[in-house]
Amino acid sequence: MTADEVQELRKEFPILGEHVHGQPLIYLDNAASSQKPLQVIDAEAQYYRHSHSNVHRGVHQMSQRATEAFEQAREKTRVFLNARETAEIIFTKGCTDAINTVAHGFGQTLSKGDEVLISHLEHHSNIVPWQMACERSGATLKVIPMKTDGTLDWSEELLTEATRIVAVNHVSNALGTINPVERIIADAHAKGAQVLIDGAQSGPHMAIDVQALDADYYCISGHKVYGPTGIGVLYGKLDRLKELPPYQGGGDMIKEVRFEGTTYAEPPFKFEAGTPNIAGAVALGAAFDFMASVGTERIARHEESLRKLGEEALMEIDGLRIYGTAKNKASVISFLIGTNHPYDTGVLLDQMGIAIRTGHHCTQPIMDHYDIPGTARASFAAYNTEEEVLKFVDGVKRVAQMLQ
Amino acid sequence: MTIQQAQTEIEEEFELFDDWMQKYEHLIELGKDLPQISEEHKDDEHLIKGCQSRVWLDARLENGRVRYSADGDALITKGIISLLVRSLDDQPAADIVEADLKFIDRIGLKEHLSPTRANGLLSMAKQMKFYALAFQAQNGDAYG
Repeated sequence: MTADEVQELRKEFPILGEHVHGQPLIYLDNAASSQKPLQVIDAEAQYYRHSHSNVHRGVHQMSQRATEAFEQAREKTRVFLNARETAEIIFTKGCTDAINTVAHGFGQTLSKGDEVLISHLEHHSNIVPWQMACERSGATLKVIPMKTDGTLDWSEELLTEATRIVAVNHVSNALGTINPVERIIADAHAKGAQVLIDGAQSGPHMAIDVQALDADYYCISGHKVYGPTGIGVLYGKLDRLKELPPYQGGGDMIKEVRFEGTTYAEPPFKFEAGTPNIAGAVALGAAFDFMASVGTERIARHEESLRKLGEEALMEIDGLRIYGTAKNKASVISFLIGTNHPYDTGVLLDQMGIAIRTGHHCTQPIMDHYDIPGTARASFAAYNTEEEVLKFVDGVKRVAQMLQ
Repeated sequence: MTIQQAQTEIEEEFELFDDWMQKYEHLIELGKDLPQISEEHKDDEHLIKGCQSRVWLDARLENGRVRYSADGDALITKGIISLLVRSLDDQPAADIVEADLKFIDRIGLKEHLSPTRANGLLSMAKQMKFYALAFQAQNGDAYG
C-alpha cells in the first residue's frame, strides 16, 4: 500500500484520531486486539436498529431478518476460511472458547496411554485446555520443543502411535514465528492423528485456506481480525464435528429433548447452545468484507514492510535484542533493551502516545526458555504507517537513554 | 518529620518539573537510591506479585516506629516504591494506618497505583498498612 492509500484507510478507523497523554495515538498493540473500521461499528448498530430478534425459531419477520443476517455472516466466514460448507463454521465467544470446545469434546474420547502434542510456542489458551483434558482423561501432554530463534524444532518422530491430536498455533503471538503447519498437518495425518490450528494471530495477517491446509480444526479470534470482541470462529471438518461431543447444553443445540434423554442437532448448531452473539457475528461478517476489500495479501505485504523497517531501525540501538528471529515471521517485534524491564519501556512509550504490550504475552514457557520476565512487543496492522514505525523507534531510543 | 510533611515535600519536589520526561527521569533516579531489601528477604514470603513486575517488601519495628525496606524489578515501579517508603518509613504504626496516600494522585502518578496496572504497587501500599496494623496490634497487646 502507498502512504496515501494507508492515509485513506485510516479514515475508516475513528479511534486512530484519539490522543493519549496529549499525544496523537500510535497504536502498535494489534496482536492483542486490532481497532475497528466504521463498516464493522456500523454493521453492529444497523443490526440492532433494523434487524434484531432471536434467531432460528421465530415465525415473524424480525426473527427472519436476524436469522438471515446471522447465517449470512456464517457464509462470509466460510468464504474467508475457504471452508467447504457453512455447516463447518461454528460461532464461539472467541478463539479461546473455540479451542476449549474442541479440547473439552475431544478430551472425552481420550484415555490413559493417549498422547496430546502441543508446542512450546503456544499461548496459554492452547496449553491449559489440553492440560485439563489430559488431567480428566489420564492422557499424556507432550511438547514440540522450540529453537532459540523462535522456530519449532519439528520432527515427525515426535508423533507416536499414541498421538491422538496435535494442537499448534499458525503464528506465535509472542514472537511472530509462522509455523510450518502444512508439514505438521501432513505428518500428523500420516500417523492417524488429528490437528487443531490456533489461528488467533494468522487470521489478521494472511489468507487462510483450511481445505488446502487440510486442518481438522481451525480457530479464529473475531477482535483480532478487525471484528468485535466476544465473537470467534471454530472451523471443523464436517465429519469431525459430527463425531465431536458437544461442549455445552441448552437451546438451539438439540434435536429432541425428553427427560429420558436428548438427541443433538447437526453441526454447526450442536455447538451453539443458547442465543448466540448475533450482532457480533454480523459485525464479524462486515470485518471479513473489510479485509476482502483491502485485500489480505496486500495487508500482509504492508505489515511485512513495516516490520522489516522497524526491525532494521531497532537493531541500530545499542543493547537492543529482538526475540523471535525466524525467517518466516508475521508483523510482531518482541524486544528488550539491555537489562531493562519491559514494564519501564511500556510505561515510557505510553507517555509518548505509543501503545505497545509488555509482559509474558500469556506465553510463560517461551519467556522461561529465554530466562526473561517478559518482552516489550510492537505489532502492526493494515492502518499503521511508516511514519508511526519510525516515531516508535525514536521513542525506543529515548527510552534507552532514560533508562541508562 | 510527619507523614504529611514528607508528602508535602515530595509534592513540592515534583512541582518543579515542566514535563513528563523530567518527572519520570527523577522517578528512575529515586528508584536507583531505594533502601534495598536484603537479598535473603527477596523470597516468596516478601514477594508481592503483580502480573507485569514484581515487588518485595519487608517491615520491622524499631523504637516504636515502622521501618520499611523494599525492592522491585522495574525502575519506574521502584521509583514509586521509594516515594511510598519515603512517606511512611520511620513513622509510628498508628499514623501509618491512618495515612492518606493521595499524594501519588497529586503528583500525577495515580495510574501507577491503579488496580488495572497489575504492577503490584497497589497491593504493596496495602501491605505497608497491614504491617503497620499488625505492629499496632502487637503494641496494644504489650501495653494492655
